[in-house]
Amino acid sequence: MDLEKDTYIDLKNITKEIRKKLIYMHYKANASHIGSAFSIVDLLTVLYFKILNIDPNNPTDPERDRFILSKGHAASAWYAILAERGFFDKKILEQYGIDNGLLPEHPDRLSVRGIEASTGSLGHGLPIGVGIALAGKIDNKKYRTFVLMSDGECQEGSIWEAAISASRFKLDNLIGIIDANKLQAYEKTDNIQSISSLINKFKDFGWEVIEINGHDLKEIFVTLNNLPLRRNKPTMIIANTIKGKGIKIMENNLEWHYKSPKKEQIEEFIKEIGEAN
Amino acid sequence: MRKTFVNTLISLMRENKDIYLLTGDLGFSVFDDLKKDFPANFLNIGVSEANMIGIAAGLALCKKQVFVYSIIPFITFRVLEQIRNDLCYQKLPVKLVGVGGGLSYGAAGTTHHSIEDLAVMTSIPGMTVISPGDPKEVEMAVRESLKLDGPCFIRLGRNGEPILHDENFSFSIGKGIILKRGIDICIFAIGNMLETAVEVSNILEKSNIKTEVISIHTLKPLDEKIIVNSSKNKKLIVSIEEHIETGGLGTKIADVLMKYQVYKKLIKFALPDTFVHNVGSQKYLREIFSLTPEKIASKIIIELNK
Repeated sequence: MDLEKDTYIDLKNITKEIRKKLIYMHYKANASHIGSAFSIVDLLTVLYFKILNIDPNNPTDPERDRFILSKGHAASAWYAILAERGFFDKKILEQYGIDNGLLPEHPDRLSVRGIEASTGSLGHGLPIGVGIALAGKIDNKKYRTFVLMSDGECQEGSIWEAAISASRFKLDNLIGIIDANKLQAYEKTDNIQSISSLINKFKDFGWEVIEINGHDLKEIFVTLNNLPLRRNKPTMIIANTIKGKGIKIMENNLEWHYKSPKKEQIEEFIKEIGEAN
Repeated sequence: MRKTFVNTLISLMRENKDIYLLTGDLGFSVFDDLKKDFPANFLNIGVSEANMIGIAAGLALCKKQVFVYSIIPFITFRVLEQIRNDLCYQKLPVKLVGVGGGLSYGAAGTTHHSIEDLAVMTSIPGMTVISPGDPKEVEMAVRESLKLDGPCFIRLGRNGEPILHDENFSFSIGKGIILKRGIDICIFAIGNMLETAVEVSNILEKSNIKTEVISIHTLKPLDEKIIVNSSKNKKLIVSIEEHIETGGLGTKIADVLMKYQVYKKLIKFALPDTFVHNVGSQKYLREIFSLTPEKIASKIIIELNK
C-alpha cells in the first residue's frame, strides 16, 4: 500500500509543526542536540501517525506497539511527537529542559505518558527492546517493538550482544531503526565504523536489513507498513538521514550537535521550515 | 545457599508461571532440576551481561518476575550502569542474585571475589541490598523479593553454609534479626560472616562475656532501630563482614551510631582496602585477613580489657 496524497500532505505538515516546536523548545532550554532531533522527525512522524498501534488514551495497553528511543539525546523530538499525537498537552513541551520543568533532555519513563523506557546512555535501548519483544513472543502477543538508535551508538558492545540475542530468539516482532546521520559527537561516523560495514554486520548477526531514505515519508511508510521483512528474523532498517534536516545551516553541520537556536534566528528558521499546506 | 536459592525458586515457579531465571552462562548443573521442570522459564542469555540486564528490564516492563543469576562481579561491577539506568532509575523489580559473596571463590582470584559489592550496590538510589546469613534467610529473601516494587541484589555465599536460625525465626526485608541476646557487647554480622559471629559469641561466653548477635541481612534499607537499640547499653559494638572496611556494614553502622548520638566504641572486622594477591581457599584467606572466630574473639577480649 502506498501513501495517499492527502495523507502525505498531512504527514508533511506534521513534520513542519514538530520542527517548529523543536526550534522553540531548544531555544527556551538552551539545549544541545537539535541536529540529532531534526534527523529523526520524519521517521517519528510516520511511526506515530501511521504505523504504531497505540492509543494515547490507553498508553499502557498490554497489546500496544512499543517504541524506544535509544538515542535518548533526541528526546525533544519524541516529546513533540507524543504531544502532537495526544499523549499529553502540548503546553507541557514548554517544560523541556528548564528549571522546575517536567521534561529532562534525556527521557525519563516516569515523567510523561508514552515514554516507554528511560534512556540517555547509548547502547541501552536494544537490549531492553529484546526483552520486551521476547515477552511478546512468550505471551503470544501481536505487538511489535521498535527501537530507534543512532549510527554512532552502534559502537557500543551491548548493541551487538543484543543483536545476537534478537536473532537467536527469532524476534521478528523487533524492529531496529538506525538513524544514520553519519555524524557523531566528535567527527564523522565513517571514520570509526562505516554504514556499509554496519549493514553487513547486522546481516551476519542474523538480521534482515534494509536501507532507506529516512526523510522520504513514502519510503518510510512503505517499508514500515510491510514488516517484518522476513519471518523469524529481526528487522534492521538503516535510515539514511541528514543531521539537522530541515534547516540548511544545521544540515550536516556538527556544530548543531551542541548549539541551540538564538533568539534572533527563530524567525528565520520558522520561515525556512515553511507554512503548512 | 546456592542450592537453597534454586530450590526456593523452583517452588515459587510452581505457583507463578511469570517467574523467569536469566543466567549469564553460569551455574552449570545447578539449574538442572529447574530446567527440567520449567524449560521455558530458564533463559541462558550467554556471556553478555549488559544485554542480559537490558533484557531483564524489558521483561520486567512486561510484568515478568525476573531473577538474574551470575557470579557477583559479573552482575554488579560489569553492568553497573545497566543496573543504575535500566533497573533502578526505571524502578523495575528485577532481582539480581549473585553467587560467591566476599572471598567465597578464594583461589579463583580477585576477578571472582566480591569485596566491594555491598558498598557499590548500596550506593545506587532505589536498590535493595540483601546478604542472607544462612539458608533460611536465603529462602525468605528470595520469597520476599517478589513483593518488592524496585530492584534488589541478593548476595549469596556458595554452598554448604549451615542453618543458624531456629524454628521461631521470622524474616522480613529491612529488619535485622536477633539470634542471641546478651548484655555486654553487640555483634552485627552480615551474610556469610553470620556463622563466624555465632562462633565468636560462643568463644566469648567461655570468658563470661555476654554477647548479643544480630543478623543484618539487609544492608539497604538498613534497620536503624535495631542498631540503635542493641548498641545503646553495650560496652562495645562489633561489626563483621567479608567486604572491604569502607562502605559496607561497619561504615553504615558507624553512620547510624553518629546520627542517633550513640557514642560507643565500634570495632570493624572487615577486609583491608586492597585487592587480594594471596592465593588460597576462602578459609585460608580468612586466616590471612584475621577474619576467623578465634582471632576476632581475642581482639574483642583485648579491647574489653583495655
